[in-house]
Amino acid sequence: MSTSLKILVVDDFATMRRIMKNILKQLGYTNITEADDGTTALEELKKGHFDLIISDWNMPKMTGLDLLKLVRSDSQYKDIPFLMVTAEAQKQNVIEAVQAGVSNYVVKPFTAEAIADKLSKIIG
Amino acid sequence: MDANIINPFIHATSNVLEVMAFVSCKAGPPYLKKDDRAIGDVTGIIGLTGETNGTIALTFDEGSILRVVSNMFGEEISELSHEISDAVGEIINMISGQARREMEENGRVFQASIPSVVSGRGHAITHYSDGPKVVIPFTTEGGEFAIEVCLEF
Repeated sequence: MSTSLKILVVDDFATMRRIMKNILKQLGYTNITEADDGTTALEELKKGHFDLIISDWNMPKMTGLDLLKLVRSDSQYKDIPFLMVTAEAQKQNVIEAVQAGVSNYVVKPFTAEAIADKLSKIIG
Repeated sequence: MDANIINPFIHATSNVLEVMAFVSCKAGPPYLKKDDRAIGDVTGIIGLTGETNGTIALTFDEGSILRVVSNMFGEEISELSHEISDAVGEIINMISGQARREMEENGRVFQASIPSVVSGRGHAITHYSDGPKVVIPFTTEGGEFAIEVCLEF
């Protein structure tokens, strides 16, 4: 697994971005960019290539699900692995995310081991 | 209000704090609250809609939330600040999500709003329904906190 991957972490809560960055750094990933909702995530995507998107679901302006749909419908971004990290795990949410093309799904609260496990499944 | 409504919040609160902050907490006996005054110094509030409508509030005293957030961040946080408020919003978001999953397994489906946070000693907690306000007190190593559940039934 390459730790030089460029990762975009999207969450409206600075707390969760901080926790996720801490975990990613523990796992050896240091090339991390933050965005506080789907709209700012799209701005970051336009600035340069990303190898992985890790996004919350519930966010103002643009949700993680809407971001996922936009990413999957854009030829430039459609192949970027997309990990949804969210408190929303009711059955309908999971179905919607899978239908929209999510690469994998982590439910909050999560451990560092759970993130490591999902990343190994997505990016090898 | 029956135990099938209260228990998911007790389970979710204990699990979220244990997994995300490595903090063990012990729930005390639930009781009904008559006034709006917060027990804690910082409170997260989230609205629920679905089978019925209501709000959940999570209110921490200073000692308990400083311990929780310090553990979550892996560094000592010594005073209440914007980052504490942000953390409380995320914590109640996670508790709401887990409790709603458990309630869904019991056939009760709810949706949640984006949380809001209020802070300051003696602040008011406004619930947006006329249901009974059930308080579940918790003790931790750092201090005390409580969950308030207020749903129309």
